[in-house]
Amino acid sequence: MTTRHDTAVPPVKEGGTAPGRSPEDVSPAAEKKRARLSRRWQRDIRWSPYAFVSPFFLLFVAFGMFPLLYTGWASLHQVELTAPTDMNWVGLRNYTRIFDDEFFWNAAKNTLTIGIISTVPQLMMAMGIAHLLNYKLRASTFFRVAMLAPYATSIAAASLVFVLLFGRDYGMINWALDTVGISPVDWQNDKWPSQIAVSSIIVWRWTGYNALIYLAAMQAIPHDLYESAALDGASRWKQFIHVTLPALRPTILFTVVVSTIGASQVFGEPLLFDANKGTSGGAEHQFQTLGLYLYEQGWVAQHLGRASAIAWTMFLMLIVIGIINYVISRRLRASS
Amino acid sequence: MTTTLTPPDAKPTEKAKRPRLPKSARAGGQLHGGPIAYAILIIFTIVSLLPLVWTAVAASRDNNRLAQTPPPFWFGGGLFDKLEIAWTDANLGEAFFNTTIVAGVSSLTIVFLSTIAGFAFAKLRFRGRGALMLIVIGTMMVPPQLSVIPLYMMVAKLDWTDQLQAVILPSLVSAFGVFFMRQYLTQALPDEIIEAARVDGASSWRVVWHVVFPAARPAMAVLGMLTFVQTWNDFMWPFLVLTQTGNPTVQVAVAALGRGYTPDQSLIMAGALLGTLPLLIVFAIFGKQIVGGIMQGAVKG
Repeated sequence: MTTRHDTAVPPVKEGGTAPGRSPEDVSPAAEKKRARLSRRWQRDIRWSPYAFVSPFFLLFVAFGMFPLLYTGWASLHQVELTAPTDMNWVGLRNYTRIFDDEFFWNAAKNTLTIGIISTVPQLMMAMGIAHLLNYKLRASTFFRVAMLAPYATSIAAASLVFVLLFGRDYGMINWALDTVGISPVDWQNDKWPSQIAVSSIIVWRWTGYNALIYLAAMQAIPHDLYESAALDGASRWKQFIHVTLPALRPTILFTVVVSTIGASQVFGEPLLFDANKGTSGGAEHQFQTLGLYLYEQGWVAQHLGRASAIAWTMFLMLIVIGIINYVISRRLRASS
Repeated sequence: MTTTLTPPDAKPTEKAKRPRLPKSARAGGQLHGGPIAYAILIIFTIVSLLPLVWTAVAASRDNNRLAQTPPPFWFGGGLFDKLEIAWTDANLGEAFFNTTIVAGVSSLTIVFLSTIAGFAFAKLRFRGRGALMLIVIGTMMVPPQLSVIPLYMMVAKLDWTDQLQAVILPSLVSAFGVFFMRQYLTQALPDEIIEAARVDGASSWRVVWHVVFPAARPAMAVLGMLTFVQTWNDFMWPFLVLTQTGNPTVQVAVAALGRGYTPDQSLIMAGALLGTLPLLIVFAIFGKQIVGGIMQGAVKG
């Protein structure tokens, strides 16, 4: 690929033409100068890649890696929000405290269910939309941009609008249900309806984005595969199952991982969806997620140590989910 | 630049020889969408846009009208009054200023750092390249928000609560950006050009300034817009470090409207609309490029 010019050709001063060896260059002074330039050149070739990547890694260490590890360290201490520098070693007590807390398990369960009812329909609808957008369409750019519009909407704006849409007495969704003869649903106070409502904010914001990612992957599938499948007599549906889906597997895995990470941290939606403006995720904690529980423990109850333990538990859960994901995808690959 | 980049190939003749295919064989991008495809897509488009349009409808109505069934479906006359009240009440002018600074600084820095790092990963050979790239991809899997507690402690210790730099600094890292630029530069930047610049004696920095940046410009623009959208919409971290009265970003200010104890629904909707409007305008103008950019970043991962 790249030729190593550092040994082949000595550089001339910047901006010149290709170096040629003119006779006057052999004077000792010129020779020395060339050697110096050549050394600088080699240093440049050798170290500039590190110079280019180091800002990213320095920032990552400072604002990604170090905080993550420090969270683990803080989770073994008693730390109060009011005096974050006073740390008292308590060992694993923060962990035993939260594991004994029924609200922790409640939040963990809610995070899981909200994660499932937001991720699964979202990705399935995204797949369907991507399939449709993959047809030759009039105004296809319009459809793509329009479906991406929710992505431009913030968590705050979207959640506040959905609070109104899901209002029990005057909300548009209950009105629509009423007109087709379904009795109104208490979207904020009943467990499943409230979780569905919170999930719908997430689904609304991210379906179009994921559809575009699937669409990009679909467009990279060679047409010959479909042609040969069709010549073998495969129907459209069979082609989708046997050509499209396998080709999309890495992309699907990617979106599942990203959505899982996103779902584990859901915070703003349940915070703003709460009618009582609290941090408990509804009067009965019916839609309190782990992200919200972490906030409640750290910033309302002011126990940063306990909040750190929640954060690390979330991190470990994600690793476990990641490993399960990996094993399943390997099994799937091996079996096919 | 003496080599030809596109070798001649024999594709045109191959095409003529192909047998006539059954209709279902011409799948993929070749197939025309039928009325059902259009109908479903139109429904999804409406679902996507309706909450946004309705935000404006609700903002244009007074609260008595919002507390009636059926809910209003069309605009009333009060939109601009409400937007003005929301603008002053929620101090949105200052919030816009703050958010523009935060999103602007983050985007410019991320684009710059991602381009040079992406260039190094795409085109330069160096020891540890593979391992470092793996770390970059790995960091995309680590949820950034799990670090909020120590970051908060750092900010508190530095006495940066309510200061904009507290929001900016942690948002300067983007593994996605590095990955995105690497993907783009691998294809978009021919090795020959870099070599030619090298032969002319250009240092690495000169190569970056005069070769890489011009070649990467389209991708830099897209990454910049994506980062801007993301930073503009960031919620949790600004919510933690900025109080509503100190130096709020737009999202913190909008959320604060919703968290008052006597909620004025139409005012909240006006604030939500104002907070979203700049990005919707950006989308209306650059939507095609943003869509292209997301799809570009998605493939060949």
